[in-house]
Amino acid sequence: TMKRLFSASHSSVDSKEMKKFQLLAHKWWDEEGEYSALHSMNDIRVPFIRDTLLNMSSNYHLGNPLSGVKILDVGCGGGLLSEPLGRLGASVTGIDPLEDNIRTADQHKSFDPVLAKRIQYKSSSLEEIVEECMETFDVIVASEVVEHVADLEMFIKCCSQVLKPEGSLFITTINKTQLSYVLGIVVAEKITGIVPEGTHEWEKFVPPEELERLLESNGFSVKTVNGMLYNPLSGSWSWMESTSINYAMHAVKSGAQGQSSPADAPSELESEQPLATAGTTM
Amino acid sequence: LGHDIHFHDKKIALLEAGPGKEYDHMPDTYSNRVSSVSPGSATLLSSFGAWDHVCSLRLKPFRRMQVWDACSEAMIVFEKDDLDDMGYIVENDVIMSALTKQLNAVADRVEVFYRSRAVGYTWPLPSHSCDTSPWVQIELSDGRRLQTKLLIGADGHNSVVRKEAEIKNIEHRYDQSAVVATLHLSEATDNNVAWQRFLPTGPIALLPLSDTASSLVWSTSHEHASELLAMDEESFVDSINSAFWSNVNHSDFIDTAGAMFRSAISLLKPSGTAVRQLPPSVAKVDPESRAMFPLGMGHATQYVQHRVALIGDAAHRVHPLAGQGVNLGFGDIACLAHHLSAAAFNGRDLGSLKHLLKFETERQRHNVSLIAATDMLKRLYSTRLAPLVLLRTWGLQATNALPPVKVRI
Repeated sequence: TMKRLFSASHSSVDSKEMKKFQLLAHKWWDEEGEYSALHSMNDIRVPFIRDTLLNMSSNYHLGNPLSGVKILDVGCGGGLLSEPLGRLGASVTGIDPLEDNIRTADQHKSFDPVLAKRIQYKSSSLEEIVEECMETFDVIVASEVVEHVADLEMFIKCCSQVLKPEGSLFITTINKTQLSYVLGIVVAEKITGIVPEGTHEWEKFVPPEELERLLESNGFSVKTVNGMLYNPLSGSWSWMESTSINYAMHAVKSGAQGQSSPADAPSELESEQPLATAGTTM
Repeated sequence: LGHDIHFHDKKIALLEAGPGKEYDHMPDTYSNRVSSVSPGSATLLSSFGAWDHVCSLRLKPFRRMQVWDACSEAMIVFEKDDLDDMGYIVENDVIMSALTKQLNAVADRVEVFYRSRAVGYTWPLPSHSCDTSPWVQIELSDGRRLQTKLLIGADGHNSVVRKEAEIKNIEHRYDQSAVVATLHLSEATDNNVAWQRFLPTGPIALLPLSDTASSLVWSTSHEHASELLAMDEESFVDSINSAFWSNVNHSDFIDTAGAMFRSAISLLKPSGTAVRQLPPSVAKVDPESRAMFPLGMGHATQYVQHRVALIGDAAHRVHPLAGQGVNLGFGDIACLAHHLSAAAFNGRDLGSLKHLLKFETERQRHNVSLIAATDMLKRLYSTRLAPLVLLRTWGLQATNALPPVKVRI
């Protein structure tokens, strides 16, 4: 069972984090501005999500590849990722605890009649929507979010609750390594200013091994782990073997029956949950 | 774009000043406006089913192109080794009809506004922080308003889109006009060769339309062009034949120098001098088919801006001497369509500068060298001065002997 906290401070939302983003709430859509790295991240994370989902399904139309797919964009910010997913045909619900972000996102999508219908934004934390949205979504996207949450395990448990069985969870975040400290904080924030200063705290970075462990022990099966690299000169992202700085992860919530799996190690879980094999690196 | 799979749920509007043009079969007479369509352009047209319509209407493939100088014997011949078609001479009306047919096939996605004109444009500011619409607003002459995420200017060398977007254009008017006409040959022949002779006043070209007919494109001074249009049909035909056959511009000096060079080449490269074929002679001209239009060169300093892209003559204008104008435009289209298709499949905002700049870089790199070369050739061949004639004579002879250079051309 899971305890729901009804206090004003939401369990997975960190109020200090919220203050940081408050200041930049209106800067989301300036493609050359503070959030330019997130804009260009779309060039790899959108195809990653799109192609993974297309590979898993057998009937789709290339002109509308994500049609019929219900996606939850957690920590959607100004809607940078929600909009391309909406353009590809998905029905997107974007949530963010910061009202100003939601306002910016709503305003931006309002000019496009197609997007205005396909995307719904709500100012809310993940926990707050769990009750009404049990097993509602086909896909959850939590991109550049888990390094800002207060309680990661709670966050993952909530994801599992609102996700349909066999639904997909996509996470992109930053690893906790010396390299990520040097590049992700010192260089990115203090020296080059690619990321607004103070955005990240190295302590809250999540190593992929730990993320995998949490996912696997909460009913997910990790399918893919890929390292990502940002080139500040070209302003573009690319995939890389090593996950030592940024990485993306795709996990699938186990179905009601669970999947058969090699059972060399004793199962710690009571029901037929699939066992983890080490995450595959592409 | 209407036929692109990734554009399946997008909406496209096409504003066309003229009326719709679709033919089931062509009239007996040939139209006097034709284009030389390269194989690459033919591939583009067949990628969305238009080439089939062109073939079923009419076109003339040509296998060989002979280009020579009026001031010397120098000549260059282009042909493909495998006897493939080098290109196709197609009437512009035929291309329009084929395109119209394919437009109708995707009428659910592409709406064509015939006989429409845009009278006002409102451009969005690049930053999205304001309350006004971030899209381009267009007001039509009939009062209707359209808004779009991406405006593509394909409105020719006097592009209004380009002017309204305040994109600077480098332009230069040649003091030449082109005279076009439909000609009938003295006798029927295979007619699969395109002929071009550089006269000091400008190049004259004969493009095959059928076994008995060819299209004329004669670039010459404005005064001479007006004379050609005014003279009676017999004199007109005589002028053409004389332009192709007469050696009045030769000088002994140049001829000797040219002959020497030719012998030198044949020592070094025996196969380097090709057989000179004789162009067909013209018997008569189609009445009412004579027309003229002024020539110029132009290049826009930018092909793209936030939510705007220029293609074809709106972006660049060349002298017809290389027969490349329309093919550059087709190349622009293939490139832009490719980038927009990829952008659509990534869920990107179509008017975003990021992928538009990729299109611009790719095409500018390709177009600038060709436009510059065409302009240079035009200037080089506009003179009778001996040193330049010698230069181009030897240059042409050398180029004719060098396969790698010819293949690149």
